[in-house]
Amino acid sequence: MASRVETENGKFCKLLYLDPPLLLGLLTVSGLGLVVLYSAGQRNPDLVIGQAIRLGLGFVIMLTLAQLPPRYFRFWSPWIYLVGILLLLAVMVAGDISKGAQRWLNLGVVRFQPSEIMKLAVPMMVAWFFADKPLPPRWHHLLGGALITVIPFILIAEQPDLGTALVVGCAGAFALFMAGLSWFLLIGLAGALAAAIPLFWMYVMHDYQRQRVLTFLDPESDPLGTGYHIIQSKIAIGSGGIYGKGWLNGTQSHLDFLPEGSTDFIFAAFSEEFGLVGACLLLALYFFIVARGLYMASRAPDTYTRLLGGSLILIFFLYAFVNSGMVSGLLPVVGLPLPLFSYGGTSLVTLMAGFGMVMSLYTHRRTLTR
Amino acid sequence: MKIWRPFAKPPIDELLARQKDNTAESELFFRRALFALFAVFLGFLAVAGRLVYLQVLNHERFTLLADGNRIRLQPLPPTRGFIFDRNGVLLADNLASYHLEITREQAKDLDATLTELRQRIELTDADIERFYRLARRAPPYTGVPLRFRLTDEEIARLAIDLYQLPGVDIKADLTRRYPLGALGVHAIGYVGRIDETEMTKLDPGQYSGSTHIGKTGVERSYEDVLRGRTGWREVETNADGRPLRVLSRTPPTPGQHLYLSIDIRLQAVAEKVLEGHNGAIVALDPRNGEILALASQPVYDPNPFVNGIDFASYRALNTSKDKPLLNRALRGIYPPGSTIKPLMALAGLEYGVVNRHSGVFCPGFYRLPGSSHRFRDWKRGGHGSVSMDRALAQSCDVYFYDLALKLGIDRVHEFLDKFSMGRPTGVDLPGEKGALLPSQEWKRRVQKQPWFGGDSLSAGIGQGYFLATPLQLAHATAVISQQGRSFKPRVLHATEDPGTRVKTPEPPRPLSPVTVKNPRFWDAVITGMIHVVEGGTAHKIGAGAKYRIAGKTGTAQVFTLRQNQSYNARRLAKHLLDHALFIAFAPVDEPRIAVAVIAEHGGGGSSTAAPLARKVMDAWLLNKYGDFATIGAQPAQDGQPRGD
Repeated sequence: MASRVETENGKFCKLLYLDPPLLLGLLTVSGLGLVVLYSAGQRNPDLVIGQAIRLGLGFVIMLTLAQLPPRYFRFWSPWIYLVGILLLLAVMVAGDISKGAQRWLNLGVVRFQPSEIMKLAVPMMVAWFFADKPLPPRWHHLLGGALITVIPFILIAEQPDLGTALVVGCAGAFALFMAGLSWFLLIGLAGALAAAIPLFWMYVMHDYQRQRVLTFLDPESDPLGTGYHIIQSKIAIGSGGIYGKGWLNGTQSHLDFLPEGSTDFIFAAFSEEFGLVGACLLLALYFFIVARGLYMASRAPDTYTRLLGGSLILIFFLYAFVNSGMVSGLLPVVGLPLPLFSYGGTSLVTLMAGFGMVMSLYTHRRTLTR
Repeated sequence: MKIWRPFAKPPIDELLARQKDNTAESELFFRRALFALFAVFLGFLAVAGRLVYLQVLNHERFTLLADGNRIRLQPLPPTRGFIFDRNGVLLADNLASYHLEITREQAKDLDATLTELRQRIELTDADIERFYRLARRAPPYTGVPLRFRLTDEEIARLAIDLYQLPGVDIKADLTRRYPLGALGVHAIGYVGRIDETEMTKLDPGQYSGSTHIGKTGVERSYEDVLRGRTGWREVETNADGRPLRVLSRTPPTPGQHLYLSIDIRLQAVAEKVLEGHNGAIVALDPRNGEILALASQPVYDPNPFVNGIDFASYRALNTSKDKPLLNRALRGIYPPGSTIKPLMALAGLEYGVVNRHSGVFCPGFYRLPGSSHRFRDWKRGGHGSVSMDRALAQSCDVYFYDLALKLGIDRVHEFLDKFSMGRPTGVDLPGEKGALLPSQEWKRRVQKQPWFGGDSLSAGIGQGYFLATPLQLAHATAVISQQGRSFKPRVLHATEDPGTRVKTPEPPRPLSPVTVKNPRFWDAVITGMIHVVEGGTAHKIGAGAKYRIAGKTGTAQVFTLRQNQSYNARRLAKHLLDHALFIAFAPVDEPRIAVAVIAEHGGGGSSTAAPLARKVMDAWLLNKYGDFATIGAQPAQDGQPRGD
């Protein structure tokens, strides 16, 4: 069964199994990101070049994964998941500690975070699990899907890395939702989650994480410490106004008042210079990418590909939403970068790998199943 | 048998068999995707709404905040709590003083400003050097201190011209002061300027505006309590950064006052009697673990450390062979020598390898079976036939060689571990050492050698690999005196809120008690310890005492004599002389003090260490403080109020 869908346009893209609208969206945001990074990074060309190289690497990974037919992902899903869990356990036993959290596994040459793998492995595994089960899922199937999500979530939250744990937990939740989790249950789970928050607060969260939440609720309570980030970020955004101060003219970021202006808080630097207009344009671009991704997922041929595509795209949304929400003071400070914008590598690679898979499952559709 | 073909497409009928309806599922997914898209839209809409709120509705306010940074947050560092002894004698307070600082961002021309300042006040090269050193790591918009302790005259001279010197400020601050100087320094510790490694670990919010932090002693271990919480104020400034008006103010919360369990009179007695020796005296209240005196000789004056001790003085302290900076009470590790014998005797009873009356013949040496090596007793001719009581009173080594061999090192380790031997007692002072309680496992791991019988013999008399801190010995003595009841040693007696003056006593910190099979084992050991003082090796200090003492002498070898050598104190260099040790508690019936004394190279435990312990116990139990009785009654120097 080798016949493929004939697309009308984009011969080149068709040959490379890429989706032109999605690719265009990703390239536009990445390019804009580099422009903003030049300003937010105090006009340091090394920063921009480094980020460009990382983006290039990300696109190569995306391109590579797009070439693989989805059945490969499906076959490898349980193995990748298993290896990921084993690596998380290895981190627990023998990981490196940096900044008070045990996240890194040192393999002699490279250090990496196994939790990063789980951002892909959990949606893959949940999709694999539901692939041959009738949907909407039965009770006991739901429990299986929940277990697949909760185990890595706990392992990562224990490290502690609440940001990544949140992503991994949401990835599983997204897949369950897309699988057709009943509304009744969904509302019940939300209620249970709300009830679990006090327990979570007391037993799972670490002091610095509690501090972040407290500071979020009342940033003025600690204006010199953690609250400083939020206060300065709000000043940067607010002083940008409707049209912004113009590229390279942001005073907050250039006078060093805005901490982490090129990484987690780059959205504030962007909003200061490009104003409400620029920020809304960026949000619209993100919305376009998510919309296109969801469309592609819904056109995918079978349960596995649909669930995988849907949850991968929603993870991307989660990054964009949580970061822009945190920088503007809508959400607590969770260390998630703004996708394709923030300086830094690991999560960028994971996201691009996810887009590679989304492209693959759309472009490898078989005519028969339509 | 199915052939496993992972990449093969699953057969269509298999799918049908599982009742999967792809069309229906596809439609379900589509509905869910639509809903998700709607949620995504709402999420981004919320962010956009927030942006409108910040960038349109509050634009002016934020522009004002960003514009020239007219509004600044200034930290208001809290006042550090005072430290008192258990009777309220002031040990540490804060003295108001003024220093000069420069904010480089506002000083237009730094060199010109320095020249100007030189014409008005005296600036040494060391001041300038320190200024540049501190300035290197401080952001340009923060003030960097240039001169400390300005005199009133200097302040007056500067104040007139201050408006001509942008960026120059006179700042009031509080300097930590230790009115009693070196007395009790090893317990109290001192504060010093925050250094770069500390800076990276501190909460920037809490420590902005603070320059000092507890470096050692109570000042360090109770840093969080003493410090208080930083307040801040929002000020509107002009273009030069000078405050024009205060917009809002949140006052700092001052730190708590600490009352130490130490009685400074007893501390003074302990330090005085130990003078001339390097060593330590630790006195505990065995009923609750409170440390009454924690003396370590030599001592040093903490005051110069507060604003940075000069290099030459520091080098002198640091390189002195007497190591005055070393807190011997909790960081000095010594072979416990014969002071370990009461614990060994108790272990022997507990494991049933001896009983109270079983005897050993001591010919003055001990030979391992099948070996010609003679392990000597301290008494050349031997003690003859000895039972436990006499073995303790006369400190017979042969009895304990035999006991230790029968016990084996691992049972010794298991039992003595309960007395915190070989591990920190958990005292509330920083840097406590665990010393070393050897075991077979330890020797295999660290020395890469098996455990030998001879090792057990040495351990039996507190020699060989065995090491302990004076605090551990005092703690173990306290536990014996309480017949197993055990408390974590501590120096904190109470905390006091400086505002309300409400005192909160610190509760005792009980440890799991040491239990033995028969409570009378305690009596056997304590009786032996009483006989040490009454007719035994320490009989001299027993004479004329108004209360009954239980004790144990110890003389720890610093180097090993060869088989045919004899020990002659007069012929040995001072640094090769034995360490003198003594542990004791009193009164026997109702113990109120437990003491451990170590005098390095002091010679004999009975001749050197025991009399020192007696003087400390006399002071505590009979109120015999001599010249030091009035330390508490005298007001602190220059009449500084105590804050009450």
